[in-house]
Amino acid sequence: MQRFCRVQQADFDPAALQTALLAGDGAGEAAGALASFTGLVRRPSGDGAFTGLTLEHYPGMTERAVEEILDEAALRWSLLAIGVVHRIGELAPGARIVWVGAAAAHRGDAFAACEFTMDYLKTRAPFWKKEHLGGEARWVEARRGDLDRAARWAGAADTTTASTEE
Amino acid sequence: MKVLFFASVRERLGTAECELDGGTLPADLDALREALAARGDVFREVLAQPNLVCAVNQAVVHGNAALRPGDEIAFFPPVTGG
Repeated sequence: MQRFCRVQQADFDPAALQTALLAGDGAGEAAGALASFTGLVRRPSGDGAFTGLTLEHYPGMTERAVEEILDEAALRWSLLAIGVVHRIGELAPGARIVWVGAAAAHRGDAFAACEFTMDYLKTRAPFWKKEHLGGEARWVEARRGDLDRAARWAGAADTTTASTEE
Repeated sequence: MKVLFFASVRERLGTAECELDGGTLPADLDALREALAARGDVFREVLAQPNLVCAVNQAVVHGNAALRPGDEIAFFPPVTGG
């Protein structure tokens, strides 16, 4: 199975990543579905002072944590390829932060693996966001809602694997 | 034995890492927390944070765990990536 995990400062091109995802092991012809997610730096509503984020990570552990999430996704769903790119460093409002892509024979696996990977990434991979507001900076607090979303995947293995033809 | 600090924890402590050497290495995480807390009020307050996450050799650990020379221990706040 084709897979990749990249942690980088540089911006990425979602179309190029999609092509890279399908490039390995003949996934391009076996795949009937490719689901991808791109996360962006959102300006908090009504906050004109917001000038962007700084993303910090734990070199080594971050990559390891993402690889573990990809292992888990590959166990739960029938995938042909899965990849994650996460940016670090200074990011302006509107910038791309994160990309997850999953390719599978059928869309159920691709959609579910993509969403699962994002939910786990947000709660398990050591990245931290700092918001810049005018001259001030503050660390973003972890959100209860993110933990709740990740918890939905706990326990019973996947029940959403679709057999639907595309 | 190397101890790493990240994000708000790193900023509050004013340091990204410290190296523990010599014959008095803490035998487990509880002993390490005690040794670090003895460094001052800020260390003690940070280590008392209820949501503080601890990792040993880049894997999250809950509660206590035995430590060995050469281990890499990290303390950080809940993650907020993605």
